[in-house]
Amino acid sequence: MKARVTVTLKPGVLDPQGRAIHHALEGLGFAGVTGVRQGKVIELDLADGTSVATIEDMARKLLANTVIETFRVETL
Amino acid sequence: MKTAVIVFPGSNCDRDLAVALRDTTGQAPAMVWHRDTELPDGLDLIALPGGFSYGDYLRSGAMSARSPVMRAVIEAAGRGVAVLGVCNGFQVLTEAGLLPGALMRNAGLDFVCRDVALTVANSQTSFTSHFDANEQIRVPVAHHDGNFTADADELDRLEGEGRVVFRYAEDVNGSARDIAGIVNAQGNVLGLMPHPERVIEAAHGGTDGRRLFEGLVAALG
Repeated sequence: MKARVTVTLKPGVLDPQGRAIHHALEGLGFAGVTGVRQGKVIELDLADGTSVATIEDMARKLLANTVIETFRVETL
Repeated sequence: MKTAVIVFPGSNCDRDLAVALRDTTGQAPAMVWHRDTELPDGLDLIALPGGFSYGDYLRSGAMSARSPVMRAVIEAAGRGVAVLGVCNGFQVLTEAGLLPGALMRNAGLDFVCRDVALTVANSQTSFTSHFDANEQIRVPVAHHDGNFTADADELDRLEGEGRVVFRYAEDVNGSARDIAGIVNAQGNVLGLMPHPERVIEAAHGGTDGRRLFEGLVAALG
């Protein structure tokens, strides 16, 4: 089985990289972008039957830094 | 005084830190590889060096914080052994949960590499016993991810408990409340982004960093 973990900054945490991307999009002439947040996607190949709880445990212990980030787990 | 420097793959200030410790303690530190599971007996200080351990993969310090040796470091810190994390070492300490908060990409996105002015916000720790309160010192920084972040409650707690030890006296990286270095609640774990080991003799252009190590020697014997 596969799972996808999407890690994003918590709301309210300043994202300097997202802001730079936002400025670059404006520089390319894309109007109407009101905000950009950068995150990361981690794809896992897993033994069949791995529980969502185990994947969430992986996210809490390593994949995300829960001081500044939140995560979302999807099994594929 | 018995010291150790933890060496991670990608550490690059480990030898500078070793020289600073050798010169100020009179004894060469043990160099401990990150895969080791035990530390030498009787350590007074464990130092985590700067660098780009694991190429900053995932997040700066994230992989190193899960290295086998860090279990021993966390255990030693719990027993009261002094732990000093410089730059990447500070990032490792936050990722390992020994210090609160996180170090994010610098606000200006630039890698900042220059001497900066710091204020000694707490001169009562074992790391700062040779500094005066509110004294201004100069120590170089060299980092991309030094933007200290924590939620407002955590920042208030750090300030209220006197755990902000060094503050930037100029704009450097966007750190919350200009925080450059903090200690844990017990006061035996210090993390800071500036590099005291790079200013230990006059030929380096300053000796303010040497005073941190000499203060440690005086405090820890």
